[in-house]
Amino acid sequence: MPLTLADTLPTDTDEREYLWTLNFGPQHPATHTTLRLVLTLDGERVVDAVPHIGYLHSGFEKLGEHLDFNQYVTIVDRMNYVSPVANEIAWHHAVEKLLGVELTPRCKYLRTILAELMRLHDHLLNVGTAALDLGAFTAFLYGFQQRENIYDIIEYASGQRFHASYTRVGGVLFDVNNAWVEKVRKFIKEMPPTIDEIDKLLTRNRIFIDRTKGIGVLNKVDAINYGATGPIARASGVVRDLRKDEPYLAYGDLDFKVVCSEGGDCYARYLLRMREMAESLKIIEQALENIPGGPVNVDPGTDLVLPAKPAVYRSIEGLIQHFEVLMPNRGFDVPCEELYAATESPNGELGFYIVADGNVRAYRARTRPPSFIHFAMLPHMIRGYQLSDLVAILGSINIIAAELDR
Amino acid sequence: MLELKSLHDRFGYDLTESSFRDNRRIVVPSEKVYYVLEHLWRECGFDMLVEMTAADYLEYPGATDRFGVMYVLLNTTSGERLIVKTHLNLPELELPSVYPLWHSADWMEREVYDMFGITFAGHPDLRRILMPEEFTAYPLRKDYPLKGRGERHNFPVITRAES
Repeated sequence: MPLTLADTLPTDTDEREYLWTLNFGPQHPATHTTLRLVLTLDGERVVDAVPHIGYLHSGFEKLGEHLDFNQYVTIVDRMNYVSPVANEIAWHHAVEKLLGVELTPRCKYLRTILAELMRLHDHLLNVGTAALDLGAFTAFLYGFQQRENIYDIIEYASGQRFHASYTRVGGVLFDVNNAWVEKVRKFIKEMPPTIDEIDKLLTRNRIFIDRTKGIGVLNKVDAINYGATGPIARASGVVRDLRKDEPYLAYGDLDFKVVCSEGGDCYARYLLRMREMAESLKIIEQALENIPGGPVNVDPGTDLVLPAKPAVYRSIEGLIQHFEVLMPNRGFDVPCEELYAATESPNGELGFYIVADGNVRAYRARTRPPSFIHFAMLPHMIRGYQLSDLVAILGSINIIAAELDR
Repeated sequence: MLELKSLHDRFGYDLTESSFRDNRRIVVPSEKVYYVLEHLWRECGFDMLVEMTAADYLEYPGATDRFGVMYVLLNTTSGERLIVKTHLNLPELELPSVYPLWHSADWMEREVYDMFGITFAGHPDLRRILMPEEFTAYPLRKDYPLKGRGERHNFPVITRAES
């Protein structure tokens, strides 16, 4: 059939008709977990992005109202499963602040070591996957090898590799011994070469730099306005780290630097995480060499922690104390108050807003999840960049969907 | 450090202050909350809305109001924190959106709406965020049971034949 000219040329009824829509996720390898973006594209340029979340919503905050302060720790460490113990520390930090408990020096140092191990745990995965999404597989494997060693350390202390549920109100589940200290010491020695290896693979890698430098730029004003915290805010020039600004645990005694950058792009966030790992190692080393002796839990007489098992089995006082903690109408002495308390988790400010009604369980246990706040910024960060930059930005802001949706 | 007196002079004497541990709270009537927050944002340097949440005080001992909405503010220059709290009662569950002041309020207000049914006037895109859009209840209210009201069993399932 011969081609004939149409009488009238088709006109664009809507000037945005040439844009097309792409559904990204919820099951796309580069989203890592179940999150979904509906992208509006002009060619390969992203005009707009609408995130849809809630695929992993499991009602953690509702459960928090039905489980007591010690039971809820098992739920809390399933939020950010890349750094589980950091969540537990944040949760019990808030609970202990509510109850007015002063931890023993040994527990403070122990928790500091664990919190920093978790920072390494998180950053190793994040740096690895950020590179993995851009096509560099090896850094991820180097990172995972060291993560395996951290799993071993956590397992040695708590009996669980992953979801340790290690902290308790007023202390931790088990004390650690010298063999554990040796294990951590060995890990600190082995860790710097891994950081160097990743550094050699990525920092001056032409492809990696091209894919991350100048991508996903977040300036300082926007970072503050959008509520960014942690590495993302610090990479944008917000000089803020709760470990320095509001020292908790043993951070006040230790010497470390807050790493900041002014780049605000994916590359700055990558570099910042690499430097933070070096600082974390410094903190662990100092805390490990200065870990005080003495009990790890607060005095059992305060009815906060369970007494030692030999005391429970062999003395009536120990048995009574054990019951005092566990009986439903006894337990903690909780004030009728509410408070917000936050710690610097690897991903940013992880806070808990607890409303207590005098009961042994929280009346309202709200989590301030850093992933949730950071994912809300994504449309702002991605606008104007190419579709392929999306994975670089997603990788650099470290979204953990279980924490995002809770 | 923010002086409560300056707020009293500007917004009247029905603002009360309390503190617990290191938390400092100012309780503001709901019709004034936007103006107080705007003042704090504009004049007092509270440039970050760290956290915004709500609680249902239905079963809380001695509570007189049903809902409380809390804004945790932070001054990133001085490091000062402040919690602004307001109370709401059924059926008028509406507050002005603080999205124009802090963009971080976007999703946090959506979550409060999703979980408690409090609406925010002026929010650009107030939809459910965590729960499915067909959901009708507000799950974090205290009169909503932990196991739900059978939504899980009655949820429409599309079979392969229908799809």
